[in-house]
Amino acid sequence: MAEATFGSPQVIEEEVDILIIGGGMAACGCAYEMMRWIEGTDLKVKLIDKAAMDRSGAVAQGLSAINTYLGDQDPADYVRMVANDLMGITRDDLAYDVGRHVDNSVELFEEWGLPIWKQPGDEDKPLKDGGKPVRSGKWQIMINGESYKWIVAEAAKKALGTDNIQERVFVVKLVNDKNDPERVAGAVGFSVREHKVHVYKFKTCLLVAGGCVNLFRPRSVGEGTGRAWYPVWNAGSTYAMAALAGAELTMMENRFVPARFKDGYGPVGAWFLLFKAKATNAVGEVYMDKNKAMLDDYPPYGQAAVPASCLRNHLMMHEMKEGRGPIYMDTPTALAKLAETMTKKEIKHLEAEAWEDFLDMCIGQAGVWAGENIEPEKKPSELMPTEPYLLGSHSGCCGIWVSGPTDLGAPPEWSWGYRSMTTVKGLFTAGDGVGASGHKFSSGSHAEGRIAAKAMVKYALDNKDWKPELDTPVQDLVDEIYQPVKNFLEHKDYTTAIDINPHYITPKMLQFRLQKIMDEYCAGVATWYQTNAHMLQVCEDKLEMLKEDSLKMRAKDLHELLRAWENYHRIITAEAHMKHIQFREESRYPGFYYRMDFNFVDEENWKCFVNSTYDRKSKKWTVKKVPHVDLVAKATAK
Amino acid sequence: MPTFVRTDKCDGCKGQDKTACMYICPHDLMMLDKDGSVTGHAMKAYNQEPEQCWECYSCVKICPQQAIECRHYADIVPLGASVQPLRGSDSIVWTIKFRNGNTKRFKFPIRTTPEGSIDPYGNKPSVNMDDIGNPGLFTLPGTELKGDKSQLIRL
Repeated sequence: MAEATFGSPQVIEEEVDILIIGGGMAACGCAYEMMRWIEGTDLKVKLIDKAAMDRSGAVAQGLSAINTYLGDQDPADYVRMVANDLMGITRDDLAYDVGRHVDNSVELFEEWGLPIWKQPGDEDKPLKDGGKPVRSGKWQIMINGESYKWIVAEAAKKALGTDNIQERVFVVKLVNDKNDPERVAGAVGFSVREHKVHVYKFKTCLLVAGGCVNLFRPRSVGEGTGRAWYPVWNAGSTYAMAALAGAELTMMENRFVPARFKDGYGPVGAWFLLFKAKATNAVGEVYMDKNKAMLDDYPPYGQAAVPASCLRNHLMMHEMKEGRGPIYMDTPTALAKLAETMTKKEIKHLEAEAWEDFLDMCIGQAGVWAGENIEPEKKPSELMPTEPYLLGSHSGCCGIWVSGPTDLGAPPEWSWGYRSMTTVKGLFTAGDGVGASGHKFSSGSHAEGRIAAKAMVKYALDNKDWKPELDTPVQDLVDEIYQPVKNFLEHKDYTTAIDINPHYITPKMLQFRLQKIMDEYCAGVATWYQTNAHMLQVCEDKLEMLKEDSLKMRAKDLHELLRAWENYHRIITAEAHMKHIQFREESRYPGFYYRMDFNFVDEENWKCFVNSTYDRKSKKWTVKKVPHVDLVAKATAK
Repeated sequence: MPTFVRTDKCDGCKGQDKTACMYICPHDLMMLDKDGSVTGHAMKAYNQEPEQCWECYSCVKICPQQAIECRHYADIVPLGASVQPLRGSDSIVWTIKFRNGNTKRFKFPIRTTPEGSIDPYGNKPSVNMDDIGNPGLFTLPGTELKGDKSQLIRL
């Protein structure tokens, strides 16, 4: 054939049994577990990552802690913590399953070379032999995690083998089966390095492409746009591709608004948990104490030993709205107090720990402190709630509705044969992709990928003779993927300024438009996270036109084609978020968002899941209530 | 704090097809300007979309020439500070320079085993296909799973 060019890519078709879409913690866990189970089979597996596995996904930069390691604690207690933090509406079966498997992954990380902090006397004793970790909280353990992802990826890459890994290909669309529209048969993506479109056919795939960042206007809009709290490359691809393939989503109204060090978004966990620092208003009052009574408005979630994350924001923002900002992390008092009982050497060590917390996972925060001459022993640092993020692995629970384990007493309708499968046959997910759970973090995502791996191998073996057939001709898929390139090539000479052209919109401007709509109408920072039915209707109307205009995105190069598709995924994700907030007529997560027309938690009518599906033909969402059931006993209102 | 590439240090990874920074950047930001038509500096790398930089420092850490540094976000941070690592095989050394000239230096371990030494399945059990539909992992038999089942109220 003629040489591939920008406008006319080479098409590469490939058939495997199992495709892993993504390269983060869940993908690495899946690969590691899966390759062991397929040893006696002739199943072919391939992993596709839009970046490089050594530094892809949410753990790319590193981490200073592993937030889920149970140790001697019971999974039922873990389930209670997850449920309370997420205001009662989580799937106990999914959380329990992560809880009873997760430690095994952490013990592997240590064996592979991840340095894990130990209690004095246990320094050389591995976790698996009973070594006691340094805990920064009930569930968290401290690590030297600069190379966390590098290490986990090394194990996964070795397990897979180089030939079964394709990096720098961005999968943007799943393709359903020709003979069964509720089944997945393939996926398409493009290389961001070469003029190539990749078409994969498979029996089953794991879709683990992270959560969604930058669907709301961020607080920093210049160079600081990139300083998102969650990784800026998480573009909602998991939720959007699943929805477009017909998978049922759950709890897409949920979001996470972390309260972090202002502008750098550096972690606060170690400061609160390890250094026992207090957050105060501008005049030094501890708002969690001062506004404690406000927690009683939200029983039992506000009354737990650790109130739900959203409610802690709720109390903080009360101070800001009443005019008593800025909010500070009182680092000098905390460090002075620790110094009372510590030697100089111990203090020096503590200072290094405080800096390492940033340098391991949020180097930008160290940059802010260095630029502003902040030395934490002398000067407190501002805290701020960020722009909203959508995710299913951290303190959030939006995602896809998946089949759960069958041995924990869950209602029969929560399981349909294969663990971790979505409502689309053959489509599995894990990590940020799994909704209605949360608090898995890095280790739980890895474990959840491993849990999914087994079920996927079983699925592939059970369907050994089934042949996937794509419901769309390959050329149509190629044309759809390369539409932004075509838009550019067709119209670029119409104007003298390449970015200003009535026939197309740049991905960057489309993203600004999305962020403005979401921020101003769907409870972003511009309105103190408040919205109502009227604002949501405006949001819906504007998103509708934005979705139409997304077909006119341009791509002047492969990098911009990457951005175009990321932003298309963001739009679908944003639409799901908006539809769910519209449907849930209460404010389930005060501090994360407020429906001002229903500004209360309504346990009687809304202690339920909200699930949705997207009809890719009519382009309409269907949203419904799904009953919630507790599998472990929970606290009741006091 | 977008990354920038120093013209005096970058060697374009010696004319290889792709540079280390291009290989590693999770957000596809680093580019090699082969003919200098974009930057005026042929065969040197540059950050093509600084406002999308997460400051993850992947490129800074991997650059064999230590040619990549960060300049703190211009829309947030006062000028003059820097945070620069030197990543070795088992530890990383950080030098933090404050705007006021103070400096701090920290060294942290990053790995307890040699890079590339992981043997994923060495000394690990093989699988029993009868267990494939049950809870548990190949390194964690279902019989050894944690959990006091009496806590599960619907069983």
